[in-house]
Amino acid sequence: MEAAMGLMRRIHPKHTDTALSALLSLMPEHSSDLLSQVDQPLQVLCDEESAKEFILCEYNRDADSYRSPWTNKYQPPLEDGLYPSVELRNLEIEANDVFAVYCDQYYEGGVSSVYMWEDDNEGFVACFLIKKDGSRSGHGRRGYLHEGQWDAIHVIEVGPEDEGTARYCLTSTVMLSLTTNNDSCGTFSLSGSIRRQMSMQLSVAEGHLCNMGRMIEELEGKLRNSLDQVYFGKTREMVCTLRPPAELATMKLPDS
Amino acid sequence: MADADSSEPEQQLNPKQKIEIAKWFLLNSPAGEIQYISKDLKTILKDDNVHNLAALEAFPQYNKSHMICLEFPDRSSDVIISSFSEVSDNEYLDPRTAQVAIVDHVKQVCTEARPASDEELPSSYIEEFRCALDAEIMKYASEAYPKGISAVYCVKGNDVEEPGSDFELVVLISAARLSPNNFCNGSWRSIWNIEFNDEDQSVEIKGKLLVGAHYFEEGNVQLDASHECKDSTLLQNPDDSALAITNIIRQQESEYLAALEASYLKLPDTTFKDLRRKLPVTRTLFPWHSTMQFSLTRDIAKELTIRK
Repeated sequence: MEAAMGLMRRIHPKHTDTALSALLSLMPEHSSDLLSQVDQPLQVLCDEESAKEFILCEYNRDADSYRSPWTNKYQPPLEDGLYPSVELRNLEIEANDVFAVYCDQYYEGGVSSVYMWEDDNEGFVACFLIKKDGSRSGHGRRGYLHEGQWDAIHVIEVGPEDEGTARYCLTSTVMLSLTTNNDSCGTFSLSGSIRRQMSMQLSVAEGHLCNMGRMIEELEGKLRNSLDQVYFGKTREMVCTLRPPAELATMKLPDS
Repeated sequence: MADADSSEPEQQLNPKQKIEIAKWFLLNSPAGEIQYISKDLKTILKDDNVHNLAALEAFPQYNKSHMICLEFPDRSSDVIISSFSEVSDNEYLDPRTAQVAIVDHVKQVCTEARPASDEELPSSYIEEFRCALDAEIMKYASEAYPKGISAVYCVKGNDVEEPGSDFELVVLISAARLSPNNFCNGSWRSIWNIEFNDEDQSVEIKGKLLVGAHYFEEGNVQLDASHECKDSTLLQNPDDSALAITNIIRQQESEYLAALEASYLKLPDTTFKDLRRKLPVTRTLFPWHSTMQFSLTRDIAKELTIRK
């Protein structure tokens, strides 16, 4: 398993899908570990009844069907599929509505979905998903990107309430790729994935949604920042090490 | 355990399929990381035979496409492994020293060297052009790339003895920086095809630049950039041609580096913003405490659209 994770850390993020299915076939005995530890790009399906798109993941899957957060129905229809309790479904409906606005404000487009389910220790788990196509042909407002994908997966475990507080454990993953393409620069492509965790004990006075939302907003912002500044910055540093730009200045002068 | 295996025969891969998968991983290794990928694969495959066969097929292909540089056993100079320098499966020509390096692809070392035969080297007429260009390129590459290795090969018209025929040279510059301890590797590859056309006394120059970088401390982020460009100049004597060609290459590569820098500078405020903004459109953090109103407005909006 360690070797498999070692490979996943090195192989190009754009090949994650292929690499994962290759590993699954090489080591079927580790399939559940692989599927839980390797994040895959998100897929989207259209809920025909509400005419809205929703995101597919392990958390809304039962057999070969996926539950839409908008209608609470499985697609394709499934007899006795799993559903959250009425109380949790109400929170899920509210979370989906609010998260759609959050998604709009940060992403200016994109699809969001929230799924919740009861867990074994009297708490629950919520999964907040965002998928954004930022390309010119997708939802890219500014039209700079030839290709651009952003997938965010936030899984948050909420412990049972205890004296007015609850413990929240959040694991966030962002997978992205962006490509620009023009005459002077050719093809310029950055892609990657990072995952971080954050835990807090918070008062539930303002409600679970408020607490979960703030944690997600904070961690998502941090992930975006470190991708932008640390991770992209490191690749830029590498380019400058390979060919130091100081030479540019002298190059501009004619050779006389 | 054996029973459990045989109950799912469709999941069992035959050795050939395993070799194909292993080759895919090896060939897709980032710059300088094939040995690490190979080691992890060996653990996963648990079958040294499959691993060795995959390595034997994948390493030569990887070494050539990544244009890795190997030192001669006497440390006198480096040879670039590429399809342009390939004499046979494990022999690669270094025209500068007129030597052929005998390499072990899987270990990625040069084990022996032998003098190149006359047939492997260009005619003295071509060699004048090749040698002059090599000297200029070497000077340029050592200034521009701290770890750059360059070479110039004749790929067409090796036996041209005098003016009146076309010939073609290829300039390679390969620079790699590997610092696995800092979780960072990268490579810069330049491939320049230089066609000397006798009829119109011109030199056509076509370049392909490939830049890659990988940073993987608690994550996995990769840069892939490539650019193609072309230019031309007049056919002159070997020394003047060498100067003119090297100037063009220097200028094109400097411009490309500047364009790469510009792409990075544009990231935070334009390109990246199309994926996700730093702050919401409202420019303040999301109002999680007053989200009830969103649900309400949505409900009202929904009601309204239904009634319409």
